[in-house]
Amino acid sequence: MSDRTLIIPKKRRPFFLRRGPMEALAVLLIALGFLMLFQPFWLVLYTYSFVTLLAGTAMFTVVSKFPE
Amino acid sequence: MNSSHQTFAEKASRLATEAAVRATPEPLAKRVRGFSDRAIAWLFIAPTIALLLAINIFPLFWAIYLSFTNYRANRPNAEVRNIGLSNYSRILNDPDIWASMQTTAHFVFWTILLQTVIGFGLAYLIDRKFRGHAFWTTLILIPMMLSPAVVGNFWRFLYEPQIGLFAYAVSFLTGIPTSDIQMLGSVQLAPWAIVIVDTWMWTPYVMLICLAGLRSIPDYIYEAAEVDRASPWRQFWSITVPMALPFIMLAVLFRGIENFKMFDMVNLLTGGGPGSTTEVASIALKRDAFEAWATGRSSAFAIVLFVAVFGLANIYVKALNRVKQR
Repeated sequence: MSDRTLIIPKKRRPFFLRRGPMEALAVLLIALGFLMLFQPFWLVLYTYSFVTLLAGTAMFTVVSKFPE
Repeated sequence: MNSSHQTFAEKASRLATEAAVRATPEPLAKRVRGFSDRAIAWLFIAPTIALLLAINIFPLFWAIYLSFTNYRANRPNAEVRNIGLSNYSRILNDPDIWASMQTTAHFVFWTILLQTVIGFGLAYLIDRKFRGHAFWTTLILIPMMLSPAVVGNFWRFLYEPQIGLFAYAVSFLTGIPTSDIQMLGSVQLAPWAIVIVDTWMWTPYVMLICLAGLRSIPDYIYEAAEVDRASPWRQFWSITVPMALPFIMLAVLFRGIENFKMFDMVNLLTGGGPGSTTEVASIALKRDAFEAWATGRSSAFAIVLFVAVFGLANIYVKALNRVKQR
């Protein structure tokens, strides 16, 4: 009888529930929103900056609670 | 010797406890005895939490509510109607407010850059233990201890073209007549006048944080580098900067958040002028709230600024944690 142990591969969480990539995405959104808010070139970017920032910040607040 | 000290400490502690028990009125002692440790802990922190809720959390939620209404603080009896996202739409399509955001970004960028470079440089110099370094540290820290109102007022006098010391110094060094050095009246110079004052006042703060970082680097790392024949330049870039980086980032975070809200200095020095060249977001916000009395709209403006600073702080804290883990 062999004493080999059976290693069951851990089931990976789906992409949108993984902390690393989602946090990176949220940081990207915040940085983008921030640049859009303070850039001096296009008013339209300024207009949509708040939505981008808010989405990024809300997303960051949620996904930073996900397990590693 | 050690055990006798311990015995003395234990005795003193027991006596102090007994004295406290004797001093506590019996009814109160009975009441306190009825609570669990957790309940007592909650009892102690409850006033702070109540204060925090009243001063920070409630106004935040109230401002969010007002940002969706047409409320005007100078017409308290007028009907308050929900107008949806109109205030946000106006704020985010207004070219004047967009311009004030750019002015804010200009101030934040230059003040932080100058304060970090000069502050770290000063900290590096002060960290070399030379004769009288404690005296120089105290002297450098003085501007930070002054009230912004005082600093704003005396720099206004320093910038005066006719009687100001700043104009005289610049005139002496460059030969430009003092009457031409209009630091607060010139469209080109006024933004820089504010950057200079803020840098003068807050560089010591950055220096203090960087100094704490530099003092936390153990000497043996430098000794090991010396043994490996690392040059001072290499030691600076491979030991000093990476190990002081979390502290520098912390200083940048604190100053960044403060400078986004910069109001007092600008209000005292230029009041947003000449024209609107120094009208930072907080000055535009104050005008909207207390001169145009558009309370709902200014609440929406405040929320936009809050989200921007909150988002930036989130990124920054994440970056700080990553640097610390290295």
